[in-house]
Amino acid sequence: MTSKESSTAVPLDTLFLSLDDCSADNPGPWSAETVQQALSAAAMGQQCCIHFHWANGLPDQLPRTSLLTDESLPFTPETPCTLICRRKCAALDPVVWIDRSSGSAHTVWLDDEGVAAALLINAPDALAFFLTETSQLPAHALRGNVVLGKEQWQLTLRHIQREITMTEQQTLIVIGNGMVGHHFLEAMAADERYEAYRIIVCCKEPRPAYDRVHLSEFFTGRSAEELSLVKPDFFANTGIELKTDAGVASIDREAKSVTLDSGEQLAYDKLVMATGSYAFVPPIPGNDRENCFVYRTIDDLEAMQAGASNSRVGVVIGGGLLGLEAANALRNLGLETHVVEFAPRLMPVQLDESGGALLADKISELGISVHTGMATQQIVDGENCRHRMEFADGSHLETDMICFSAGIRPWDTLGRDCGLEVGERGGIVINDACQTSDSDIYAIGECALWGGRIFGLVAPGYTMARAAAGQLLGDDAGFTGADMSTKLKLIGVDVCSIGDVHGTTEGSLTYAYTDQRTQVYRRINTSADGKTLLGAILVGDDTGYNDLLQYVLNGITLPADPEVLILPQLDGMASAGLGADALPPAATICSCHNVSKGQIVEVMDGGELTLEGVKQCTSASTGCGGCAQMLKDVVNAELELRGVEVSDALCAHFEHSRQRLYDLIKVNKYKTFGELLAAHGKGRGCDICKPAVASILASQWNDYILEKSHVGLQDTNDRFLANMQKDGTYSVVPRVPGGEITPKQLIAIGEVGDKYKLYTKITGGQRIDLFGARLEQLPDIWRELIDAGLETGHAYGKALRTVKSCVGSTWCRYGVQDSVGMALLVENRYKGIRAPHKVKMAVSGCTRECAEAQSKDVGVIATETGWNLYVCGNGGMRPRHADLFATDLDDETLIRYIDRFMMFYVATADRLQRTARWLENMEGGLDYLRSVIIDDSLGIAAELETQMSHLVGTYQCEWKTTLEDPEKLKLFRPFVNSDAPDSNVVFVQERGQVRPATEKEKDLIASTEVSA
Amino acid sequence: MNSMLQSNTLEPGWAHVCSREDLVENAGVAALIENEQVALFLVAGDEERLFALGNYDPIGKANVMSRGIVGDIDGEPVVASPLYKQHFRLRDGQCLEDESYALPYFEARLIDGGVWVRLRD
Repeated sequence: MTSKESSTAVPLDTLFLSLDDCSADNPGPWSAETVQQALSAAAMGQQCCIHFHWANGLPDQLPRTSLLTDESLPFTPETPCTLICRRKCAALDPVVWIDRSSGSAHTVWLDDEGVAAALLINAPDALAFFLTETSQLPAHALRGNVVLGKEQWQLTLRHIQREITMTEQQTLIVIGNGMVGHHFLEAMAADERYEAYRIIVCCKEPRPAYDRVHLSEFFTGRSAEELSLVKPDFFANTGIELKTDAGVASIDREAKSVTLDSGEQLAYDKLVMATGSYAFVPPIPGNDRENCFVYRTIDDLEAMQAGASNSRVGVVIGGGLLGLEAANALRNLGLETHVVEFAPRLMPVQLDESGGALLADKISELGISVHTGMATQQIVDGENCRHRMEFADGSHLETDMICFSAGIRPWDTLGRDCGLEVGERGGIVINDACQTSDSDIYAIGECALWGGRIFGLVAPGYTMARAAAGQLLGDDAGFTGADMSTKLKLIGVDVCSIGDVHGTTEGSLTYAYTDQRTQVYRRINTSADGKTLLGAILVGDDTGYNDLLQYVLNGITLPADPEVLILPQLDGMASAGLGADALPPAATICSCHNVSKGQIVEVMDGGELTLEGVKQCTSASTGCGGCAQMLKDVVNAELELRGVEVSDALCAHFEHSRQRLYDLIKVNKYKTFGELLAAHGKGRGCDICKPAVASILASQWNDYILEKSHVGLQDTNDRFLANMQKDGTYSVVPRVPGGEITPKQLIAIGEVGDKYKLYTKITGGQRIDLFGARLEQLPDIWRELIDAGLETGHAYGKALRTVKSCVGSTWCRYGVQDSVGMALLVENRYKGIRAPHKVKMAVSGCTRECAEAQSKDVGVIATETGWNLYVCGNGGMRPRHADLFATDLDDETLIRYIDRFMMFYVATADRLQRTARWLENMEGGLDYLRSVIIDDSLGIAAELETQMSHLVGTYQCEWKTTLEDPEKLKLFRPFVNSDAPDSNVVFVQERGQVRPATEKEKDLIASTEVSA
Repeated sequence: MNSMLQSNTLEPGWAHVCSREDLVENAGVAALIENEQVALFLVAGDEERLFALGNYDPIGKANVMSRGIVGDIDGEPVVASPLYKQHFRLRDGQCLEDESYALPYFEARLIDGGVWVRLRD
């Protein structure tokens, strides 16, 4: 074909962009008639359609699509053609489809949003389709192929695509959708070449992949949905077919097909087995009695939860990693918990004798009884409990429920049954390419046996998943073993194990450090020459883990005295830690997602200079999170290298962070903003630093906030002791401690609301909010409220708001403690204390948790014997479940911990940082916080308590103080020279109460008044 | 301020509003002058300066500017709206976040402990 109309070459997207410039007089490469048609089509919508006849020809640039040069096509000069343009497409590759049977053809140009342009020849149905439907379709559905159906266009383009590529597309069946199986799917889908496969996933469980590493969090309130690892719409977007409740019964390697439990048969070209492992239940007589569980799946956990509800004592058989997790779960369920381990120590694989003994001590202290070196011989009926476990040494232990966690066994039955090579003690044998003895069948994760080993951790499984995906996509990726180092917090105890922990390498040297006072154990094993680190064990304190791991993984030469790596850092001693800048680019920072330092640097070179951004681009630290600190160090070190200053200045007026200003004010005893600004700031201050400093001054000295030197610093809410609403009026919230209120007080509030025509609403914090008070009404309103025995609720302040409570043991059939009494005690203690942000608390009288304490900054939940303390929860925009901080506290200890916690938060948080974000950003996290608050590791506990008792002792109802001072009441005049009310405050009635009038209503009211 | 200046020497259009004691240092108060709401700001420092702006926040659509926090941005005195925190220059009412907004501004003087504002020429 030729381009008859014009010799001027006009690229398609240029034409698209300049269509507005086309006219009948200046037709470009088209006939005047064609342009006219195009313009009228363009006028009807966003896309431009150019209808023309084959004979009209096309610009010379278009024939990059082969159909324009295909001489064999049966087109006549009159064949109708349409060009649809939506977006620029010059840089896109065309996709061509020819249907010889119907004599039609088309080419589409696809970008990320879908069809950018299309050329349709003799295809009226296709035209209708493209004009209406394709804009709705996700790009991936169209990428690669689009087919023209004979009767009508099919919407399921995924299906269509398969039809087209049927000849080349192979079927890949994945058995298992656990963590590793799903990682494999993600690795596949991340590469466009995966479209060479039709992928079908057979998942035995009723739900797709979830996070087994954090399974124990299921008991602390994380739901099955929250544990899910599947990104929203992952399966829909990738076209990977997921079958749940679809266990595979058998594999027929001859026929290359699998048969599901349901009898359905599926043919495969390639098969990936990610069947994982199951919990090993030792062959002890009685192991099948009721209330005997394993700890492996969400279903197991649900069964355990049900079993625990009518149990008092629980035993975990197995003192390995998962066993201790399970023990913690039982403990959190409120059971008297025991761990029974056959080996002479806990975690025999990861720890040596000293490490195991220390771990046992620490765990015993937490109330879990540890029995090591115990062989259970049988389980029989108990006398006091449901079961009695009888041990080889003649002793016994009674318990109501038993959880087996005695290791894992690979699910290799399918492989075994179809004749794949399996290991002596189980596991499907794979080579470096993750292939089994049948080269079309791969095995990954805990069902696979590589080099005679089963890798029972998620990181090596992920590595296998990536290797297998690479193989299937045509890469050379291989699996060559994996680092089995682990860093865990087991029941709040740090346990790390790296490399060769037992020093089995020939000639290796061992250095060990034990501190029985602080209960820390560290051991390193070096090569015979002392230059290379082979392995390490840390128990009780994980400081230095990242450095030690990097020494092992990268073979970094050790310092001349390797012992400095495990000795405590005394004052004046230089740190022996590896700085982030000392790491080679190849150093693995995140083992879960295999992110090296080099990749992080690369992303930062690309302009991504924030920690969050680096996380998003590389996925680093989004797996187990163990490398969070390491990643932060690397990012900060890189920022420093780039001369980017990591500034924590509060604002333009102070170069210091809020924490630093807090210390300066404390140490130098500054009492006013002016003093602080003169000594450490510049300019006059602003709406960022003034309220921040006002808050610090209040937390420190607790002066009346409307003192002359403070009043100008306060945000409007603090300045007028009420909450400004959108129309400039205020809302008023009297304090209702613990949500307990007398009928007389309710009546008084009601009368005030009625008298001043206020809109009233119950708040989420069990209080009553009165809206629509004008500035000048506030003093009168408060005089009446205070006369009725109420006081200010500090709803206006960054301070303790409320302590929500349930009714507790006084009335409730289930309550075990007086939650209202405790809520009153807590609220009256902390009311009015200014903090970096608002603080909410709650007290529940039993584990039913009706006060929702786990969504609060400080949550207290009653137990049979005392109180469990939760901290750093949050509702709002980014909810956070509070962490269990301490258990079974008596009243006095509870208050002492909250005192310290509150003051530590006040002293160290950023401006407007809630406790949840404060904790998330705290180095060392919850354990560090515990060490400061409970163990007084910083030696500041007494000072925090003194400061808190000062604040408690100097509490005042700010409204009472204000009402007593005529000078302060002047602040509430509507105008300095008039008592007239603000004429712009206009209310209308709605559902029997007032609300602010809209601008439209105000105009309407004004015009009515004028005309009246 | 020129304490020798007498009220009767002021040009027409000036109105006595209140006394110096009615103002709050480094903060605002509202005044009603000829039915117009004016926010008065007394910025203390080496040299005491008085500013008068319209009290109506054109973005929040409420009479609240006198209740904002006074500060400076790069040395320029500003008030932050207490509703949505935009900054307005005290000397001419210009909004710094959105140049299409500006508050009306008025001449203001402290004379012998009295506050004077010139609402119009």
